Amino acid sequence: MTDRLLFEISRPGRVGVSLTEPDNTVPLPELLPGVALREELRLPEVAQLDVVRHFVRLSQKNFSIDTNFYPLGSCTMKYNPKIHEDVVRLDGFAHLHPAQDEDDVQGALRLMAELEGYLAEIAGMKAVSLQPAAGAHGELTGVLIMRAFHRERGDAARRRILVPDSAHGTNPATAAICGYEVTPVRSDERGGVDLGDLASKLGSDVAGLMVTIPSTLGLFDEGIATVADMVHRSGGLVYCDGANLNAVVGRARFGDLGGDIMHFNLHKTFTTPHGGGGPGAGPVAVRADLERYLPVPRIVPHLDREGAYTCETARPLSVGRVRSFFGNFGMLVRAYTYIRMLGSSGLADVSGCAVLNANYLRVRLSDVYDVPYDRICMHEFVMSARRQKAANGVRALDIAKRLIDFGYHPPTIYFPLVVEEALMIEPTETENRETLDAFVETMRRIATEAGETPEVLQEAPHGTPVRRLDEVTAARRPNVRYQAAATT
Amino acid sequence: MTYVPHTPLDRAEMLATIGVRSIEDLFEDIPADRRVHHLDLPSPLSEMETARLMARIAGENQPVTELASFLGAGGYRHFIPSVVAHITGRSEFYTAYTPYQPEVSQGTLQVIYEYQSMVAELTGMDVANASMYDGASALGEAVLMAAAVTRRKRIAIASSVHPQYRAVAETYASGPDIDVRAIPQSFAGQFDARLGVSTAMASLDESCAALIVQQPNFLGAIEDLRALAETAHRVGALLIVAVNPIALALLESPGSAGADIVVGEGQPLGIPLSFGGPWLGIFAARNEFVRQMPGRIVGITTDVDGRRGLVLTLQSREQHIRRERATSNICTNQALCALASTVYLATVGRIGLRTVARLCLERAHDAARRIGALPDVQLASASPFFHEFVVRSPLPGTELLRRLRGDAVIGGYPLGRDYPDLENAILVCITEANTTVEIDLLVEAIARHTSGASR
Repeated sequence: MTDRLLFEISRPGRVGVSLTEPDNTVPLPELLPGVALREELRLPEVAQLDVVRHFVRLSQKNFSIDTNFYPLGSCTMKYNPKIHEDVVRLDGFAHLHPAQDEDDVQGALRLMAELEGYLAEIAGMKAVSLQPAAGAHGELTGVLIMRAFHRERGDAARRRILVPDSAHGTNPATAAICGYEVTPVRSDERGGVDLGDLASKLGSDVAGLMVTIPSTLGLFDEGIATVADMVHRSGGLVYCDGANLNAVVGRARFGDLGGDIMHFNLHKTFTTPHGGGGPGAGPVAVRADLERYLPVPRIVPHLDREGAYTCETARPLSVGRVRSFFGNFGMLVRAYTYIRMLGSSGLADVSGCAVLNANYLRVRLSDVYDVPYDRICMHEFVMSARRQKAANGVRALDIAKRLIDFGYHPPTIYFPLVVEEALMIEPTETENRETLDAFVETMRRIATEAGETPEVLQEAPHGTPVRRLDEVTAARRPNVRYQAAATT
Repeated sequence: MTYVPHTPLDRAEMLATIGVRSIEDLFEDIPADRRVHHLDLPSPLSEMETARLMARIAGENQPVTELASFLGAGGYRHFIPSVVAHITGRSEFYTAYTPYQPEVSQGTLQVIYEYQSMVAELTGMDVANASMYDGASALGEAVLMAAAVTRRKRIAIASSVHPQYRAVAETYASGPDIDVRAIPQSFAGQFDARLGVSTAMASLDESCAALIVQQPNFLGAIEDLRALAETAHRVGALLIVAVNPIALALLESPGSAGADIVVGEGQPLGIPLSFGGPWLGIFAARNEFVRQMPGRIVGITTDVDGRRGLVLTLQSREQHIRRERATSNICTNQALCALASTVYLATVGRIGLRTVARLCLERAHDAARRIGALPDVQLASASPFFHEFVVRSPLPGTELLRRLRGDAVIGGYPLGRDYPDLENAILVCITEANTTVEIDLLVEAIARHTSGASR
């Protein structure tokens, strides 16, 4: 049952915090002559304890990494270190205004310049912009860079972008809002880009390819260097979606694999918290000759002052600004902290153990669930519930919902689209072996239940504050804001 | 150090289960000549060393809390009640994922529903989404949406809209070749910083998808939204308004005035400045456009037992369902920042938000009156304003600010950077977080530094 809404516990006259009283000596219309003023402001009125209880109770209705195992494929729900939360609250970060004079913010500029350098090294590319606020925002920036590159060369005929059929939805959506037509490319039987299909779709009207490394099937495409060569030979650029960088960080670099542009999801590889859906951060890295297209401002060394930094805005070929000021700085501070603590060896251990944990689960589950691409996987793998569906009418959705009853957040389901009844599992490197073993036992028990008591799965979850919800009615008759009876 | 729990024995046994000898063997698909074995990064640090390092870097910055700061220009220092950080610091909120599994996400979903409700109320719009990256990118999305709704490809934007918002709107518009044109406005001498109807009309025609204005605008002035809405609608264009949500506690809502899309920066609602982010993009629209809106939206429905519950809804607009036909490519929202704003608004409530806005207004007007009375400076704009105003002096804006900084005062924002007419002007912002002692210091320091400067 939904807790009562703030609006429903509101009582006229209550205030949750003590504030300085205004003078109120001059009437508003005198301070704001000729200005249309508001008559009503229907915000909740709640005492402080009631505010606190309301939100604490709500927090307890969430699964979270700190309370539950979250094997959510493609999302990298790993531990978010507590020191990150402490450092962003330091006065010198939290209370810094982005339009302050550069002399007053040298620490922040230096941190960003150094982080750009670390990310460039991790990418095997030349330059980085930290401005994009999320992965999809990085994609937008990257595709606009691709567009600027072709336009500067007078090559405006390139109107298509190729996207593998296994890609995240953000890839085709980004290409489309940047004005491109999207052409899908098939996956081959090993889960990689189908080279024949790619060849047939490349041409002088293709601006580039957006490809996720490792692929969204959790597989490293051995042909990736060939794919990049083919795209380059036809005059296109290779955009690497860095959503799965955590599988290879410290072991392979997208620049070395033939990538020209990439984005990072700091909330994945560099473990900034997901926050219930954001904020994220999506820095973009590019090869040397694409640096001139990066968003402004650029943070550059000060010409006259050793060790100081300044912001450069006069960049005529830049794609422009994609966000106000410097991006999600607080997320950058966390990622910087993480990289400084782990260093090169620590980052390689992250990818090593992420891949170890995923393969351990894959091997231990592949006898009870179908694994369509049953080979060494990267940080995640895709199972299919097609066997359970055929035998007992139990779908991936039912298995996912049944996991909730055992205290697990469900895996990602029905993605990638190329796998029937997909269950995508990503354990991450921060989960210990006992947790993985317990999860395996639960998944095996659910497979047994699918044969014996399928209705238990089909009606799951059973113990949650609400059970399966009517999404059709929610979309047909949207109720997306509180309306007091008197105000309609 | 890493956060990996595995002991050497764990690793050995797990590798044996998989049937490989080493972790290296798991990466055999990567061609050997394309692998790296070491990255050129600083050596790893312990947690204690890291804490010291980060404190040192933070110490190289001068936070506004240690100075008398009158800097606004898109980011605003307000008092944040303690409750806000205590709630956003709960890891059940900040370590949760996007609420795609509603049965285990009712907490986050209800917060977003309450957030949407409060944003809709403040803006006077029918429906708000779960938030965007920031005010500027929310405006970029509004440009794309207006073009899609009207099937027109030209946008007229007031020059008095935040320069960075204009820049971001242009970037978003560049992909689909939407033409964003700034409406010429003069800010020379004494001026009215509001966008006049005739000035707006001169830049509008039947090819325009939207007119974009800001409320209050970048120079602090309060626009006449009713007149501008009427002007835009006359040629079939939408009115898009970028708002400061604190000002809306006092002003007629953009929705009541006729706006079609309202965006804005939610940072003033309980979010620290944090050098520009993470902040909060507000996005709200009329009901008729709900299926063309970008971003996540939460709705109320019922579960199989008939109980009230919440879900992400209208997802057929979104990239993970609709792919290249989605209304936007956005995937995340700024959920944790939306939580901060929801807690902030719940805590200050109806009465408190008006109090905060009223304090900003009174203190800003008092300071403006005193600064305007100084012999060598003028208030450049005669328009009604909320908590920001333009001060022109005989000195270049950057020079006046440099001198004020010598008195531990951040005097404001140098407007010459963005407006050639305003080389000698600064934008001063006063909120309830500025004490009367600070304001006295500001007035006195401006008087001292400008006295006789014109002679």
